[in-house]
Amino acid sequence: MKVTFPHMGYLYVCVKGLLEYLDIEVILPPPTSKRTLTLGTKYGPEFACMPLKLNLGNMIEASELGADTLIMIGGCGPCRFGYYAQVEYAILKDLGYHYNMVVLEPPDKHISELTTRIRKITGNKSWVQVIKAIRFAYQKSRAVDEVELMSFKIRPRELVLGETDRALAKAIKEIDNAASPQQLQLALLRSKDIMNSVAIDPNRPVIKIALIGEIYTLLDPFSNLNIERHLGRLGVEVDRSIYLSEWINDHLFMGLLKGIRSTKEYCQSAAPFLNHFVGGHGLETIGSVSVYAKRGYHGAIQLFPFTCMPEIVAQSILPKVGDALAMPVMTLIVDEHSGEAGMITRLEAFVDLLTRKREFKAN
Amino acid sequence: MSVKVGIPRALLYYYYYPLWKDFFESLGCEVVLSDKSNKGILDSGIKNTVDEACLPVKLAFGHVKNLADKPVDYIFIPRLVSVAYKEYICPKFLGFPDMARQNIVGLPAVIDTTISFMRKRHNVDQAYKQLGKKFSGNPIKVRQAYHKGLRALAKYNQLLLKGHLPEEAMSIMYDRSAKASQVKPCGDLNIAIIGHPYNIYDPYISMNIIKRLQSMGVVVVTPDHLSEDEVRHQAGRLPKKLFWTLGQRMIGAGYHYAESEDIDGIIHIAAFGCGPDSMTGELIERNIRGSTKLPFLNLTLDEHTGEAGVITRLEAFLDMVRWKNSPKKQFIS
Ligand code: SF4
Ligand code: SF4
Repeated sequence: MKVTFPHMGYLYVCVKGLLEYLDIEVILPPPTSKRTLTLGTKYGPEFACMPLKLNLGNMIEASELGADTLIMIGGCGPCRFGYYAQVEYAILKDLGYHYNMVVLEPPDKHISELTTRIRKITGNKSWVQVIKAIRFAYQKSRAVDEVELMSFKIRPRELVLGETDRALAKAIKEIDNAASPQQLQLALLRSKDIMNSVAIDPNRPVIKIALIGEIYTLLDPFSNLNIERHLGRLGVEVDRSIYLSEWINDHLFMGLLKGIRSTKEYCQSAAPFLNHFVGGHGLETIGSVSVYAKRGYHGAIQLFPFTCMPEIVAQSILPKVGDALAMPVMTLIVDEHSGEAGMITRLEAFVDLLTRKREFKAN
Repeated sequence: MSVKVGIPRALLYYYYYPLWKDFFESLGCEVVLSDKSNKGILDSGIKNTVDEACLPVKLAFGHVKNLADKPVDYIFIPRLVSVAYKEYICPKFLGFPDMARQNIVGLPAVIDTTISFMRKRHNVDQAYKQLGKKFSGNPIKVRQAYHKGLRALAKYNQLLLKGHLPEEAMSIMYDRSAKASQVKPCGDLNIAIIGHPYNIYDPYISMNIIKRLQSMGVVVVTPDHLSEDEVRHQAGRLPKKLFWTLGQRMIGAGYHYAESEDIDGIIHIAAFGCGPDSMTGELIERNIRGSTKLPFLNLTLDEHTGEAGVITRLEAFLDMVRWKNSPKKQFIS
């Protein structure tokens, strides 16, 4: 059995960690590339959201490398994500890619549906071991988040252009290579050292922008055209409304782990602008604006893939929220035609606006 | 003077209007409908929504605006979370009342009662009870109004099952001057039109596709001519239950008509950029192309769709269906 799963930013670090901890052979899809997107666009439904197309491309490319078992997460609506796996499976089958697909999702009738599916991958490993592996994966996601957070602070202050990105790549590699919780502890220390070794100017004034919106485009640098890097280079310190570990805790552990960031606060802050959940992270998108305004952020950028339903609901309400809170908000929609050059121009204009606004306030 | 409640002729108007109308009227309200869709309504909808919204949502904005200008005392924009147990319609329906409220200036009071079958039926009765309180202090009267509404809805659904289209069914029910039993259109072809009710039944945005086909000698059937049981039974063939109620109707009808002997072709109508349609359309098309030789046409609607182009495609499609139906086997032998 050669197991694969689609990419979403650094998600692979923790899922690979989980599977390898259980001695399962993993075949990672090649890093998402133009080819991945081209494949997904060619074979996916025209109006599917981009994550579906990228998933599909990942799956085709992993199959080419010999993967035969596919893990997907599912859901029960109302947004499309909950039916991704079934549509992707139908397309792959027609194309002649034969996968054994295991969909992990809230069970329809009984919890045993889920456990049988997990068993398909873990075989005769004991549940204790499975739980240990899950914990290990979660620790990896925390570690990844920690170094990413460091990069957000360091990048706008770096003295040598591109230094932060090189350090981040190395730091992630350290975490990725750790094969046990003990190794991971040491790896995290090394990763932090790597990040801290980037030379910075701590006194440089920065603009603070919150990145909010749809989870996949927020977490996946390929699909968001490296927005964090570009903003950093424009002297912007960013924060993201969603982190991997948070999402795992909120959605997979049902918020079991206390005391870590959660998106609950965002949901609670969405009224009176949006008074009901709308699937995906639409409610969080609306609520996060007021949370970030309170935290002193200068602006927010909403990111989502073309045709994303929950985010379109949010998008149509966001300007009102921004006005009410005096927080400039910009919306960026990505699809297979988006280019980095066009986005950079828009980012520059937005950062300019925020800078002028801040100077105006200071005078 | 009685209270005027405005109901937009959009979205699930095509499924629930009889219920809503009888409910409000029994409580002594006057029900005011927005005008039939037209260019002005669509344009004002487009002006008031974001570009990325789908055509039906833009049109619905136009209808809400149209009512706001009428004027009415209330506009009824229920938050239709779910109309079946553990199912949804579309994320946009969940946010629609907020979208409208935040974007349309000069709205009268909005009634945005949440309708959700998500957990159980009981919640819906509660919703109408709450809603009725606004107009009557008498709970018995409210309950009677709700039951009257339900009866009207049942009658309406009966008419649809008999093969009437929503507009016809409503005129049979409400228009005294209309002939009680209309003559059923006849033709040499049976074509199934699969799509969201607010796309296929709205004469303006569908470019009158149903009437047009009828005038070309086609008998049109839609998902709403099939019983709930049949639709669900067919949709049950999916590997996983579909969580969109309207998507279930479309898939179920797609599967049903793909197998039925007397259907000559299927037309799938989707709104540009529609999320659920991108998934259900794909599944329906794969099923039809994979297991039948049934002619299939995919039409995508948006505000830029040209009427001429649609007519050409329809004609070409019908030519193809007729050619396939012609006794060509004799011809070959
Ligand atoms: S949240 Fe948006 S992009 Fe993600 S699956 Fe749902 S509709 Fe698609
Ligand atoms: S189902 Fe499609 S057409 Fe209907 S509101 Fe949702 S996205 Fe728009």
